[in-house]
Amino acid sequence: MKLANGNYIRSPNRYSWWLRQGRYVRYMMRELSSLFIGVFSVMMVWGLYRLSQGETAFTAFTDMFWSKSILVLSVLMFLFAAYHSYTWFIVTPKAMPLKLGGKRIAAGVIIGAHMLLWLLCSVAVWAAFVYGGAV
Amino acid sequence: MSTKTSILPVVGSHHRTLEVEVLRYDPDKDDKPYYQTYQVPCEEEWVILDVINYIKDNLDRTLSYRWSCHMAVCGSCGMMVNGEPTLTCASFVRDMPAKIRVEPLENFPVARDLIVDMDSFVEKLSSVKPYIIAADERTVEDGTFTQLPAQLADYMSYTHCINCLLCYAACPQVNLNEGFVGPAALALAHRYNLDSRDKGRSVREDVVASNAGIWECSFVGACSEVCPKHVDPAAAIQQIKIAATGDYFINFLMPWKKSKNTDEASSGGGK
Ligand code: SF4
Ligand code: FES
Repeated sequence: MKLANGNYIRSPNRYSWWLRQGRYVRYMMRELSSLFIGVFSVMMVWGLYRLSQGETAFTAFTDMFWSKSILVLSVLMFLFAAYHSYTWFIVTPKAMPLKLGGKRIAAGVIIGAHMLLWLLCSVAVWAAFVYGGAV
Repeated sequence: MSTKTSILPVVGSHHRTLEVEVLRYDPDKDDKPYYQTYQVPCEEEWVILDVINYIKDNLDRTLSYRWSCHMAVCGSCGMMVNGEPTLTCASFVRDMPAKIRVEPLENFPVARDLIVDMDSFVEKLSSVKPYIIAADERTVEDGTFTQLPAQLADYMSYTHCINCLLCYAACPQVNLNEGFVGPAALALAHRYNLDSRDKGRSVREDVVASNAGIWECSFVGACSEVCPKHVDPAAAIQQIKIAATGDYFINFLMPWKKSKNTDEASSGGGK
């Protein structure tokens, strides 16, 4: 678009701009992950609601997860949630430049500590489910 | 003089020919930009800017572009090279494919050929009051400010910005929201906020912590990836977000604190 002062505005395509560069694709995937995480949250709330209705209702709810489409959706939700968490932890040193004894803690250490904590929490939740008898 | 053989690489040898597609636009003649292709014989050690200079000197004197230092200091030679915001004096031809496309920086109006109109950026930069706002008026008798090396280190990396605009060209939010203050200006605001001599954070907050400021940022992170000076504007913006959120809660829980901070800062001539 040519302006009155002679300058020209070049605008990238409104819909496809993010396909031009790997870094924009990665960003859009991170943003997209929120949709899947949203769906997952709704399913969890729905599960709680079914739980409140008694055992048959809840069993019907958990049985639903063995249908092919829900299984595929679950895998997708898991992958997007994992990717989202990864993108979140990988940038922690930027938002949180920690210092110890007047010295900056190396970015790799901050990321590593977060990842480790993430792993431990995941294992703990998984163990609670398996050994706690929920599965 | 001794006859030692030179340890420098042989210069002046024609390395390869690069096909260069350059965006052209003359506001007096053209309704819209178009591409013009040049064949440029390059030497091994050339940077992209040398290629553009070669075109200007030998092939087409009408080509317009900005540059000055040829050493990644002045920040004026930023262009899109194959769609990537690039400091052309700091990018080697040998790292490029046989065909390159050179365009003016994105997210700015094109003034002529490879030159963009950067007025909007200059306005944004000055809007964050990028200078020290002291708590009190200081006189010569007060002497100089003192600052420890550790205090200097807190903000040093944010002083390295050369205003090359690569981060603005990389940022999708700059493209979508004209008013967004943008990466470099916000990083500079952070630089002063972090400076131990400065007390102007609450004065800057009007612009910096507004919807057109840090809250327009969705942390794409592209600015930090393209920055040739490793300024890391994305980090600066996230840190301001955290500080501003803290301020918000402090103001909310302890309103009397707010008025004190504001008074302190505005008496320093930050208005
Ligand atoms: S922050 Fe980096 S990319 Fe942005 S203008 Fe400054 S030096 Fe250039
Ligand atoms: S010419 Fe000065 S930064 Fe490239």
